Amino acid sequence: MINCQLVIIGGGSAGMASALKAYQEGIKDIIIIEKDDKLGGILNQCIHDGFGLDLFKEELSGPEYAYRFIQEIEKLNIRCFLSTFILGIDNDFNIKILNKDGVEIIKAHAIIFAAGCYERNAGAINLMGDRPSGIMSAGTAQKYLNIKGYMPSKRVVILGSGDIGLITARRMTLEGAEVLAVLEIMPYSNGLTRNIKQCLDDFNIPLYLSTTVKQVIGKSRLEKVIACRVDENGNFIDGSEIEFDCDTLLLSVGLIPNIGLIKDMGIRFSSTRGPVVDELLQTDKKGLFACGNCLHVHDLVDHVTNEGYLAGLGASLFLKNKIKENLNVEVIAKNYVSYVVPQYINTTLLDNITLKFRVKKPLKNVNIVISDDKRIIKRIPKLTLLPSQMENIVIKTLDLVQNNGKIYVDIEMKI
Amino acid sequence: MKQLTCIICPRGCQLTIDDNLNVTGNFCKRGQIYALEELTNPSRTLTTTIRVRNRKDVLIPVRTNKKVPKDKLFDIMQIINKTTVLAPCHINDVAIKNVLNLGVDIIFTSEIK
Repeated sequence: MINCQLVIIGGGSAGMASALKAYQEGIKDIIIIEKDDKLGGILNQCIHDGFGLDLFKEELSGPEYAYRFIQEIEKLNIRCFLSTFILGIDNDFNIKILNKDGVEIIKAHAIIFAAGCYERNAGAINLMGDRPSGIMSAGTAQKYLNIKGYMPSKRVVILGSGDIGLITARRMTLEGAEVLAVLEIMPYSNGLTRNIKQCLDDFNIPLYLSTTVKQVIGKSRLEKVIACRVDENGNFIDGSEIEFDCDTLLLSVGLIPNIGLIKDMGIRFSSTRGPVVDELLQTDKKGLFACGNCLHVHDLVDHVTNEGYLAGLGASLFLKNKIKENLNVEVIAKNYVSYVVPQYINTTLLDNITLKFRVKKPLKNVNIVISDDKRIIKRIPKLTLLPSQMENIVIKTLDLVQNNGKIYVDIEMKI
Repeated sequence: MKQLTCIICPRGCQLTIDDNLNVTGNFCKRGQIYALEELTNPSRTLTTTIRVRNRKDVLIPVRTNKKVPKDKLFDIMQIINKTTVLAPCHINDVAIKNVLNLGVDIIFTSEIK
């Protein structure tokens, strides 16, 4: 049995940031548990650039971004258990781990859960047709290409226009594959517009909106994908089928917070599928914090890092017994707002609180309105809001001190 | 008149460039620079991997240390894919010097000890 003040589960961008912040706040007894053989998480396979614009004002590649944090962790000698799996966590924070040394229990006083997210797969979208090889998630193809060094395909169709799909389309093209099409079931793309430009338009890869896969055909390897347009209710439009002869179908159809290890700890989960948290990112279980993509899926790693810092601060305040719950404010997402993190504000320890949310559909020319039952706290005009972009609104805790009740995040149309 | 999507940051401004090369729709100055460059000499940073011969990590990620003309991307890929390197490799060290005589180096973006 190993005793440890703070155990961080996941050595990706969220986990590393939380470790560094907690250390800075005086918590030196830290263990990071990582299933891979190195720190960095998904950044290691994201070899494209564009990371760090917010935090470092530079365009770094994923490995370069990760390296800045790995270096810090190594310099501070923070303990890392690499190539280590977690078999279970009980309610007293006994963490059962498995690695080359065998099975061990780590008894933690606080836990920061930073386990990232996973990709939705063929089963999750009820993909119809055969089950040949050659159907995989875009992230899996990215790992084959960028880490393992195999080329998984010659002729590819990509389903879903999320950023991973777009980036993989460019990567496969550069390595000599032919990307025949990117299909998107929604009438708008779910990726950043810059990625549509630099990943698809630059290489003349067509994007088909309101189009999805009707059937996949193939005996042992995928041979054909039949795509079809859909109407506004998502039903196939007969006669609009397009056939693609291809050997691979990549799925980029969404990410889901990876919460398997904490789902039986008696805590509540929100519509993001991540746990319900307060402004310090503490879950219902005192001492259990969550940050990064296991809390809600982010589009920028810079935001994940900042969330990691916040969880590191939260956990250090908890370990120093400084969290006194003197507020009781519930944050509610209204109408077009699909979720808000955090869901509760319980303390006045922070001067400013960042509310993070996404909208359910693209909106133009609107106001974001933060209000309580009596008055409007903040109103921010926005030209466009997209479901693919996370919004950050900062509010002052002082504005809430009088308020033990509810605050609302709402969108109002400008007239 | 030309329409462009700015690719400098995730904001993705929709830029309009008129016949006198006036740029509108940009949120910041970088958009203007990008628009004019994109019309005269479109260039990109290339990121890819190079094979490592002597480690269990068979690849190391690399990038061009400057932007390169867009129409040279595939030529540079060919050269990189013919090249192999020996570890240890250090971040920012040069893997291929002055690729295609463009005055651009291919540098490592990760570490292999």
